[in-house]
Amino acid sequence: MLHRQSVISGVGETTYSKHAGKSVLALHLECALAAIRDAGLDPKDVDGIIPYTGTGVVAEDFVTNFGIPDLRFSATTPLGGASPVAALQCAAAALATGICRHVLIPIARNGASGGRIATRMREAPQFRTVAEFELPVGAFAPAQLYAPMARRHMELYGTTSLQFAEIAVNTRRHAILNGNAMMTKPLTVEEHQASRMIADPLRLFDCSLESDGGAAVVVSRADCARDLRQPLISILAVAEGHPDSPSAISQRADLTRLGIAKAAPRAFAMAGITHADIDVAEIYDCFTYIVLCQLEDLGFCAKGEGGPFIASGATRLEGKLPINTHGGLLSQAHMVGMNHIVELVKQLRGTAGRAQVKDARVGLVTGYGDMGDGSLAILARD
Amino acid sequence: MNTHAELPAKPVPDVTPESAPYWEGLRQHKLLLQACADCGQIRHYPRAVCATCYSIAVTWIEANGAGTIQSWTVAHHPFHPGFKIEVPYALLLVDLAEGVRVNAPLRGDPAGLQLGRAVRLIFENGGQGFVLPAFEYSAE
Repeated sequence: MLHRQSVISGVGETTYSKHAGKSVLALHLECALAAIRDAGLDPKDVDGIIPYTGTGVVAEDFVTNFGIPDLRFSATTPLGGASPVAALQCAAAALATGICRHVLIPIARNGASGGRIATRMREAPQFRTVAEFELPVGAFAPAQLYAPMARRHMELYGTTSLQFAEIAVNTRRHAILNGNAMMTKPLTVEEHQASRMIADPLRLFDCSLESDGGAAVVVSRADCARDLRQPLISILAVAEGHPDSPSAISQRADLTRLGIAKAAPRAFAMAGITHADIDVAEIYDCFTYIVLCQLEDLGFCAKGEGGPFIASGATRLEGKLPINTHGGLLSQAHMVGMNHIVELVKQLRGTAGRAQVKDARVGLVTGYGDMGDGSLAILARD
Repeated sequence: MNTHAELPAKPVPDVTPESAPYWEGLRQHKLLLQACADCGQIRHYPRAVCATCYSIAVTWIEANGAGTIQSWTVAHHPFHPGFKIEVPYALLLVDLAEGVRVNAPLRGDPAGLQLGRAVRLIFENGGQGFVLPAFEYSAE
């Protein structure tokens, strides 16, 4: 059991932009150093690394550049956008079993100035199962593959584009408070509704950004972190889940159920808390609809109630479940959700600045990736 | 001059030994589905093993072409240069009578899209010797 075995000891980010003008490796090293220093560790203390697959950067790059003398653990968690939170589970398992003491989890990319998403998708191994059959008919990009999930939800439950707009507008509001967000101008519901259609029902402002930058966290074994610099943010629970028909959305019996629906009950049981205990949540937001669907699959509302739940204002900063307080992938930057983990740690430390949720002690962060993989972690300040 | 030959090519499938009969079937205007030779379970997309009984023995059956709409999208942004002149195009997820789904374009008015609406399989030239599935609304 991984309950309270490890802590997030350090977090770090670069500036997020459309053009970093730095190599992906340099961005990795920059955010990693920021996270390691934030923890009060020396880079040579790192003895575990879980790099993100697909960036070309491997654990050995950190050994070389930081002179790490004895790397004891390296792994990858190839779940697309669910990878960073799944990496927390992988790290917690390695730490709890005594393999290592401090695991670095970095991600950096030139997602705006480098290769674009449709190109990256075609190279993703998780897409291989369907690529042969779906690329030729014109299904290439996540927006096109996920849109039928959103459409089915709308037709079954009366979910509306205006409810998607509330997610986009609320997330933008939070980004403006952040200070390191790519989108800094307010967004209105009207602007969302007027934005061009990408893959119906997903409009431009339902889609996340493409970003340059990096973010990293350090996860430490609880008994190795007591003397470190920062307040300890304990991992109460962490889990990953894979949907039925994990690679082919088109063949999934229930299009409106994501992998996180399987992981959420495990995580809440491990944490020993209820939904009402969650003070703040950072929900992976590659598309507005994916936020709504996860809120249902997590159990914050019933299946089909996501639209009214969002429309009620519950997820605003002053609502009962503030979400994506940093501006998310929609308006801060697309760092594959590592920025969601960084933000949750800041919230629980009480250092989230103008978007600080008052007295936030327990929080939840999710990842979503590939064709519906999910991951979540429940963290708490001790 | 802007002839068809100068347009960016659409992607063609990377055919595997397991999927070759599927593509060959399309060339003959048949949508072939794998049926497990041991337990009879029908599966799609083509793959090497039956997820129910793990048999690798397979037979192929011809779909009768009738289906209903599970969901759809209308693609407005072309994520591939080969589809620039196609947008907007509707892509359907269709539940076939045989119990599997097909992702294929609609040849018809997207204004008529609704869950459960009956559609019929048609076949189209996909270029470079490939034939692709598509759908049109069934006659009422």
